[in-house]
Amino acid sequence: MTTEISPEPASKTTTMTDAVTSTGSKVTRVLGALSLVSIALLLAFGLLVSPPEIAQGDSVRLFYIHVPSAIVCLYIAFSITLVGSIIYLRNQSTFWDLMAGAAAEVGVVFLGFTLVTGMLWGKPTWGTYWTWDPRLTSTAVSFVLYLGYLAVRRLDMDPVARSKRAAILGIISFANLIIIRYSVAWWRSLHQGQTLDPRDTQLDNTMLFSFVLGVLALTMTFAWLVIHRFRIAWLEHQLEAQQLELAIAERTSQGPTGLAHGGA
Amino acid sequence: MGWEYVVPGYLIVFGVLAIYAVSLIRRGRRLSEQLPPEKRRFLD
Repeated sequence: MTTEISPEPASKTTTMTDAVTSTGSKVTRVLGALSLVSIALLLAFGLLVSPPEIAQGDSVRLFYIHVPSAIVCLYIAFSITLVGSIIYLRNQSTFWDLMAGAAAEVGVVFLGFTLVTGMLWGKPTWGTYWTWDPRLTSTAVSFVLYLGYLAVRRLDMDPVARSKRAAILGIISFANLIIIRYSVAWWRSLHQGQTLDPRDTQLDNTMLFSFVLGVLALTMTFAWLVIHRFRIAWLEHQLEAQQLELAIAERTSQGPTGLAHGGA
Repeated sequence: MGWEYVVPGYLIVFGVLAIYAVSLIRRGRRLSEQLPPEKRRFLD
């Protein structure tokens, strides 16, 4: 089955080369513009409009980027990696293999944001940047696991075997996310429990709006980054295949002597 | 109270996002130039 991910056909006024000289498309341009607008609104509401919290003061503003970053990487990015890994192991789909890798890389960036903003929020709130609390420790373990996943994807070995190993690691790494999710319930933790309970939220309306804006802005930015990262992975895959074809053609043109020499 | 943590937090997040986004665009353009047009499609 052939599925077009970037439906940007060459128009009458542009040649095909002009149409696809980058990883951008109409969809990514619209998504990029929406992301920029939502980020601008997030900065305005998160830093200026929303009020300081009674106990935490202005440091509560980190909430609007810390929790959305965690939601994006833990619930969206690594779920895509899990689904992509499972599908790849079932039917060796190149699309899902590359998508799993793209989502993992962008997810690691957002997980880094979660850790850094959490540390910056922890200092004024808990009095320390870091403590070996179950939630923090399990999050740091996930960061290392997904870095390992990305390292496996860069191993210089047979592409199929490499993708299979990465897929297995992508599935195993997801298990730790369950530990992160329930760590605050399973162990006595310094980290607060569920931030928002939809049935009983006591958050100021402006704060709630800023938080929702944060989730929207970072989710759209994540989507934009993943699409571009996927297309880069696709181009790299094509380039690798092209180089292999060239190498085979070169060997073939050398004739039986060349093949015998090359195979020795 | 707390701005000394808030400002670096926002700067790191949106600064890194900007650098990462620009690096992806440049990398995509560079790779596209190395392939013939018919192979620049994103197909499965």
